[in-house]
Amino acid sequence: MLDVLFFILAGFAIACAVSCVYHKNPLYSAISLIGVLLSLACIYLTLAAPFIAIVQILVYAGAIMVLVVFVIMLLNLDEDKPLTRLRYLYPIGGVLGAVLLAQTLFVFYAVTKTPHQASEQGNVIGQTMSIGTAMYTEYLLPVEIVGILLLMAIVGAMIMSRRMREPNLELVEGSKEDGE
Amino acid sequence: MEEALKTAFPFIAISIGILLVFGGVMMIVAYTVLAERKVLGWIQGRIGPNRVGPWGLLQPFADLFKFIFKEDLVPDKSTKFVYYLAPIVALTAAFMPMIVYPFGPPINVDLAAWLPYGLGEGITQIPLRVADLDVGILYVLAITSVGVYGIALAGWSSNSKYSLMGGLRSSAQMISYELAMGASVIGVVLLAGTLSLGGIIEAQIQAPWWSRWFIVPQFVGFIVFLIAAFAETNRVPFDLPEAETELVAGFHTEYSALKFALFFMAEYVNMFTVSVMCVTLFLGGWYIPGLDWLARQTDLVWLFGAGTVGYALVSHVGFLLKIFAFLFLYIWVRGTLPRFRFDQLMNFGWKFLLPVALGNVILTVILVFILNR
Repeated sequence: MLDVLFFILAGFAIACAVSCVYHKNPLYSAISLIGVLLSLACIYLTLAAPFIAIVQILVYAGAIMVLVVFVIMLLNLDEDKPLTRLRYLYPIGGVLGAVLLAQTLFVFYAVTKTPHQASEQGNVIGQTMSIGTAMYTEYLLPVEIVGILLLMAIVGAMIMSRRMREPNLELVEGSKEDGE
Repeated sequence: MEEALKTAFPFIAISIGILLVFGGVMMIVAYTVLAERKVLGWIQGRIGPNRVGPWGLLQPFADLFKFIFKEDLVPDKSTKFVYYLAPIVALTAAFMPMIVYPFGPPINVDLAAWLPYGLGEGITQIPLRVADLDVGILYVLAITSVGVYGIALAGWSSNSKYSLMGGLRSSAQMISYELAMGASVIGVVLLAGTLSLGGIIEAQIQAPWWSRWFIVPQFVGFIVFLIAAFAETNRVPFDLPEAETELVAGFHTEYSALKFALFFMAEYVNMFTVSVMCVTLFLGGWYIPGLDWLARQTDLVWLFGAGTVGYALVSHVGFLLKIFAFLFLYIWVRGTLPRFRFDQLMNFGWKFLLPVALGNVILTVILVFILNR
């Protein structure tokens, strides 16, 4: 039963991924990507990891892709024309693809070599409580570092978007652009 | 045969549960539309629909048939696939949260004695919900945030300036108010210590008497949630995506017949979802304080004690009454308030609602930390 579900969902994910790369229209690509994310979330659900599945939908499908779709609609992008000036990126893309393929194969190899053993935590793993406990005890430092990185990214994005409009903006209090 | 039945039994039971919930919610949604027209009529000094059936009670079905038999116009220049996809996405996302609604307390019953072939073996409780997810709140928030695609894609694919403006407005508005909504829920999660909706109701039952309903310790969170809920469902005073005086009908300008009906239904199902969330998080869900105490005082434990059918029935009716109160509030506000301007909406969401919600979270964290020490 779960195997059948897995193959349906994985097939849907791959089909969506192919159509995401294949389509010339950016909005179709975005919709396909949403399809990929949703089917991945369903696969997480079948692997008994509801928290990861829901966070996948909440963060990627619900927040990031909404922003992407929003930008595509705002700019009302037409179909992509073939970019002649970015030709040199093709070999780089090929190399990166080969690296990704090698990684995937290595993961397969590593998984087949690892002996199967049940975790002693068994059925609590993947539940919200165990994830929260692990994040705020064992992995507290990485969580804090990621939080500070994200904060820095937000501040950086705000500063960059302001500088675009006003080149000689003073980054001190009392600057005129402040507020409304 | 027997074996097959045993394997299929969980699926059959869950399917029956989903059908019951679906039918019940659809009936409530249909009559919310009628109630809205009636109440708006009274507010505006009219009578409202009164021709189809006694007091207009059959109006929802007449509307449904009208939608089915109307001509289905598809704009020539629209992006067909996305145009057809959008209402489906909107309604699916509206329906999906149904499975976690807690409709009432579990009923204690020995099913093994009632069902043939030993199907009910080991089942001693019938829960009045389909599933109690460990991440119930996050599930509802995630699915409702996917619902915005329905509106945004509808606006984009119609290839009309009014629709596009409506779609853009709705995506901007929903992204902004989702944050405030999520932040206002955190306070309740901190107090309850769980993300499951059933667990939150349980936590409210176990709480000290002065905070039986989380609306008391989380009043600020409740107000923020309520305002954000109005914005998330695109209702007055936040109905800018379909502001008819500026945008004709906003994102669904180019939709007609049954496709329009799907959007219309999605909006009302979303209203119901948000009301359920409000009731569950802040008003104790199905829990009526003092009901089991009253049963013990009056020697009616066999009828209204915890776990009996009577208790479940009374609690369920209480749950529905709380929801109807919120639905009435929606209609009342629609009949009372004018619409926001777009910059006012954005400023209000980002500069007032979100800071208030975050302040509430910080205050709750400090209080929980001190009280739990």
